[in-house]
Amino acid sequence: MDLFEYQARDLFAKHDVPVLAGEVIDTPEAARAATERLGGKSVVKAQVKVGGRGKAGGVKLAATPDEAVEHATNILGMDIKGHTVHKVMIAETAPEIVEEYYVSFLLDRANRTFLSIASVEGGMEIEEVAETRPEAVAKTPIDANEGVTEAKAREIVEAAKFPAEVADKVVNVLVKLWDTFIKEDALLVEVNPLAKVASGEVIALDGKVSLDENAEFRQPEHEALQDKDAANPLEAAAKEKNLNYVKLDGEVGIIGNGAGLVMSTLDVVAYAGEAHGGVKPANFLDIGGGASAAVMANGLEIILGDPDVKSVFVNVFGGITACDEVANGIVQALQLLADKGEEVTKPLVVRLDGNNAELGRKILSDANHPLVQRVDTMDGAADKAAELAAAK
Amino acid sequence: MAIFLNKDSKVIVQGMTGATGMKHTKLMLADGTNIVGGVNPRKAGTSVDIDGTEIPVFGTVAEAIEKTGANVSVLFVPPAFAKAAVVEAIDAEIPLAVVITEGIAVHDSAAFYAYAVSQGNKTRIIGPNCPGLITPGQSNAGIIPGDITKPGRIGLVSKSGTLTYQMMYELRDIGFSSAVGIGGDPVIGTTHIDALAAFEADPDTDLIVMIGEIGGDAEERAADYIAKNVTKPVVGYVAGFTAPEGKTMGHAGAIVSGSSGTAAAKKEALEAAGVKVGKTPTETAKLAREILAG
Repeated sequence: MDLFEYQARDLFAKHDVPVLAGEVIDTPEAARAATERLGGKSVVKAQVKVGGRGKAGGVKLAATPDEAVEHATNILGMDIKGHTVHKVMIAETAPEIVEEYYVSFLLDRANRTFLSIASVEGGMEIEEVAETRPEAVAKTPIDANEGVTEAKAREIVEAAKFPAEVADKVVNVLVKLWDTFIKEDALLVEVNPLAKVASGEVIALDGKVSLDENAEFRQPEHEALQDKDAANPLEAAAKEKNLNYVKLDGEVGIIGNGAGLVMSTLDVVAYAGEAHGGVKPANFLDIGGGASAAVMANGLEIILGDPDVKSVFVNVFGGITACDEVANGIVQALQLLADKGEEVTKPLVVRLDGNNAELGRKILSDANHPLVQRVDTMDGAADKAAELAAAK
Repeated sequence: MAIFLNKDSKVIVQGMTGATGMKHTKLMLADGTNIVGGVNPRKAGTSVDIDGTEIPVFGTVAEAIEKTGANVSVLFVPPAFAKAAVVEAIDAEIPLAVVITEGIAVHDSAAFYAYAVSQGNKTRIIGPNCPGLITPGQSNAGIIPGDITKPGRIGLVSKSGTLTYQMMYELRDIGFSSAVGIGGDPVIGTTHIDALAAFEADPDTDLIVMIGEIGGDAEERAADYIAKNVTKPVVGYVAGFTAPEGKTMGHAGAIVSGSSGTAAAKKEALEAAGVKVGKTPTETAKLAREILAG
């Protein structure tokens, strides 16, 4: 889960990483009081989970509370690379910046360990620096069990050639930032820029944090950090039913078991769709291993409730999942919707293989629902589902 | 022969007495797996009757090894306790730990992987979040259905569970030497490269099928390894061409992974290494058939 800048700022503050004051608001008028609390001037910063907001006009300096309201009015609702701005942060104006650095900790998948990245050339062009002058970016592996001690932090500072006069302060930031990384179960903590200001202090002016959703069992506070504004209504409904669902922009509803098989199903449907007017998958939905009839029924209800869906492809290979359970789920879901008085008009193509496939196929044949048809190969079923979506 | 697992493997199950553990212990036994014990400190000294087979329960992995000579552990321990269970397996120096558990926090898997390395890599970890591995006709350590296919001469390594089953089904008439599900988590113990190296060295494997999916750069690194080290034919499949662009992880993610991670980049890297890559699982199976037919 990627966080907004203000949420990252709050987590940094909680773990004593030096940050500036700031609060988040969602109406222009609230910018006035927030700016007054900061002494009459502020920086108005769009809160979006995408880079390049400064260049897009999403960060403005306000010399007065009135100006803050004006900037907030302009920035709220702004579209930045497809992300609508719902919140702005009213932040303390930074003291005069002398130098900008970059520091982060992240998971290094390739080496199956953690990594520190640090550079004395931080700021907006850090990606370009990494590309053109990799020697200016110091990468230091971190042992997951040893972590970042003061000695390790000093090693990073030396590797990145931080100036001697800020060395102790950067060491302190690194140790505190590592605290944030570990105690919050983060996959990434990044400070860019880490600014040296005129007074000599070193402050985290902007940051990114990404949290590990698998750690929610020991991070109860993280649930509140979820961005409820951004969730598509179908995604929100699916989440409530504990379904792993992502809305896409096509016409063929997809249900399958196992992330790999469902991703593969999306691909196969998109290929098949090329011959049928370019129809595409409408969603990703993984009902997981060992899914029961009830889970199948919940999934189907979500998919049939999507107005973009014109046909549905249920693609199940029964490993742990039993195909008879899946077939029962389909029959039950259609019955359930009929009982509610909701007329189902979208055709379903079902492909069942593996564990109890014969039994599952028989259940579907016996139910003999006019909208359900069985195709017993994955490629054939994808083609049929694409054809039906194109015909609608 | 096969890789990592054979008829002589003596298997224990950590988390055997839970519902999932019981269900799959039963299935593994039905596939002929030599299960010599379970581990549960609260039920040490008891035994469990599974379809007429008495399986003793030990208090620790070390005790189970001492009493039975076990050399493989399969873990069905819930995510919150998985790290401690894997560390216990590493401390007992069991040669192979197969971590089935889904949903382990990345900081925990990074910690137990680092611990295994610091202890001299005496324990090979497979997973987490994987279906385990099977050597058809000999032994099954995990949750891969044993009745999809028969023994044969194809080696399979895959990030995805259900795609493993799909591919075994597509090629069920030819059969498999071993099939290894390495798991799709960010930190895994055994990689595509480890499995490729083992299949290359295995005299019972003639062709290797490798299944990947979007994310990370494991497939790109595997492609590089294949070009330099693998003489047997390799057929590949990558899932996720049409998946929406994943979450970008700030500048740091881009810096580490560069442009790799997309399905297209992975396919291109594999093809550059001489691997034939199928567009669908069925087409991939067809490519494997053609190569085996000469």
